[in-house]
Amino acid sequence: MTSYIVRRLLQAAAVLVGVSVLVFGFLWLLPGGPRHAILSGTGSGTQLAQLRRDYGLGNPAVLEYLSWLGQVVHGNLGYSYVENASVGSLLAASLPRTLALTVTAAAIGMAVAIPAGLVQAVRRDTVTDRVARGLSYIGYGMPSFFLGSILILIFAVRWHWFGAEGPQSPGIAGVLGDWRDLTLPVLTLAVVTTAIFSRYVRSAAIDSLGHDYVRTARALGEGRLRVLTRHVLRNSLVPVITLAGLSIPRILTGALVVESLFNIQGMGWRLWQAAQKHDFPVLLGFILVIGAGAVIGSLLADIGYVLADPRVRHGRS
Amino acid sequence: MTGKHAAPSGRSARTPGLARARHNGHADRSCPDRQAGQAGQAAGAGAAGPSGRGNGGQAVRDRRAARLSRAAAVRVSPAAAVLASPMATAGLVLIAAMVAFCFGGRLVYHGDLTRVNLLLGNRPPGAGHPLGTDANGIDVLGSLMAGGQLSLEVGSAAGLLAAMIGSAWGAVAGYVGGAVDAIMMRVVDAAVAIPALAALLLLSAIYTPSPAVLVLVIAATSWLSTAHLVRGAALTLRTREYVQAVRLMGGGRARAIVRHIAPNALGVITVNVTLQVADAILALATLSYLGLGVRPPATDWGDMIAGGIRYIYDGYWWEIYPAGIAIIVAVVAFNLLGDGLRDAVDPPSRIR
Repeated sequence: MTSYIVRRLLQAAAVLVGVSVLVFGFLWLLPGGPRHAILSGTGSGTQLAQLRRDYGLGNPAVLEYLSWLGQVVHGNLGYSYVENASVGSLLAASLPRTLALTVTAAAIGMAVAIPAGLVQAVRRDTVTDRVARGLSYIGYGMPSFFLGSILILIFAVRWHWFGAEGPQSPGIAGVLGDWRDLTLPVLTLAVVTTAIFSRYVRSAAIDSLGHDYVRTARALGEGRLRVLTRHVLRNSLVPVITLAGLSIPRILTGALVVESLFNIQGMGWRLWQAAQKHDFPVLLGFILVIGAGAVIGSLLADIGYVLADPRVRHGRS
Repeated sequence: MTGKHAAPSGRSARTPGLARARHNGHADRSCPDRQAGQAGQAAGAGAAGPSGRGNGGQAVRDRRAARLSRAAAVRVSPAAAVLASPMATAGLVLIAAMVAFCFGGRLVYHGDLTRVNLLLGNRPPGAGHPLGTDANGIDVLGSLMAGGQLSLEVGSAAGLLAAMIGSAWGAVAGYVGGAVDAIMMRVVDAAVAIPALAALLLLSAIYTPSPAVLVLVIAATSWLSTAHLVRGAALTLRTREYVQAVRLMGGGRARAIVRHIAPNALGVITVNVTLQVADAILALATLSYLGLGVRPPATDWGDMIAGGIRYIYDGYWWEIYPAGIAIIVAVVAFNLLGDGLRDAVDPPSRIR
């Protein structure tokens, strides 16, 4: 197991380097090359000189990459001349809002998706399953901005139950405290998450239901519910953990759309603003951080997988 | 490739029987040119007989190939597979209905979609405008059809392109293996970590969006899942007898990939194309909603919803619901077709 984790760590490190190379490669795609891009096309002579010193521009690409990476590793993600703030400070301001939104939504989404997927698997090909599958198809095909606008039209505009804009207070506590404004964005994102995961849980549970240990447990006189929770659920969650790690970029994509719709000034909203204003330092800095986050999330999920699966834990990987 | 095999001249190639085995393997998966494949196989069976008799080794190889063929024999014709799967049939019917609505509809339902008339803006559904008008006084039903053309065209092209890039990448990585595979797949892993929408935002900020640019940008961010899938298929296929036989008989790697691995993975790829198209339609709608899609007066479904959301506090639902429902129907249709096809082609794998 240790060797697996070490191997997985090395692999994650390689992928992290890959992410940084890709983001650095994006710099070269930008109009006018990296120098122009970092200054958003507004650089004066002194700024250019400063930039050349900071980023080691004008050297061969490999050296430029290394010096850029050095800056990044030391926490310098760049400077937004559009917002007149460092990318790091913009990130620090927007990260808590996004975290509060996505974690709440993912928790609710999982809380619905896991039982729903299990019930679907047990009642496979019955009316319940068919209806639930139909709903998950629609949930998958529904753009989150459309779902969000339906919710706004009904619950905010017509009935005035909830706010049509997300929480505007800073910090995790501020966002979570404003439940009236938080409800609709969280609900929107939770539906997206549920649609993704109920499918995974359903097929994982169908797979584990077919195993002999389920029949054995039933034959030994364990109750239906107990077999379901102790055997089927635990075994089905193992692959779902990995998929959860891999779904982080997708959930963040959902968050971006929800944040722009509900005007929540989180990371996605900031990225969206940056794309509209051609603020490339913010775009690249945020993409780098999100990419790194996704790699680490997927790594943690895989380690969690090892810990959750006794077969792997006892060295039969 | 089918033309070459269907023609008798193609049969005189070094591995006639194996070529047919390949067609069999490939015909049991659903692929667009399956009819041609089967036709080629039938023609080949006739043509190979006489020529094989003049050459003992050839006959043995033919018999062996025939046995291989039977092992991988076509049990269900793919057309029948589509019709036998209610999901795939429903998907196909829905797609046909969407195409008829968007392309045929504009032929019947005319209407000027470029003349702005603010006095007629934001009218609810009623006489003259069955689905009302948007803020600029432009007919919503007409926009729905015209915008749908763009959504379907860009979505299909981007999905197809993504599947092609991903298939090529995955086939090479899976077949060549070793260090090349490791490097190619780490590139995919790194790219997967970057949320597609963030990359889409960046790319559409760099390049001025036009339909062609949108196709390229969406394809560039969505080929990764296909690469994974096809690599997996290539890994299994490279150990199959007919692929190893080609290598033993002196066929090069490129030949094995292009002539045998890729066509045999066509079933997996076809399924993936439909799922990619569904995702591409969603991606385009999202980009347009975020204001980074096509430029006016061109419009698409995502753009229409974005327009409606600007007036969401006024409750102009007809500017939001029709386009949203259209997106859902299109995406669900392609997903149904893809999932139905996959169940027909490859029953065990049901997870995306």
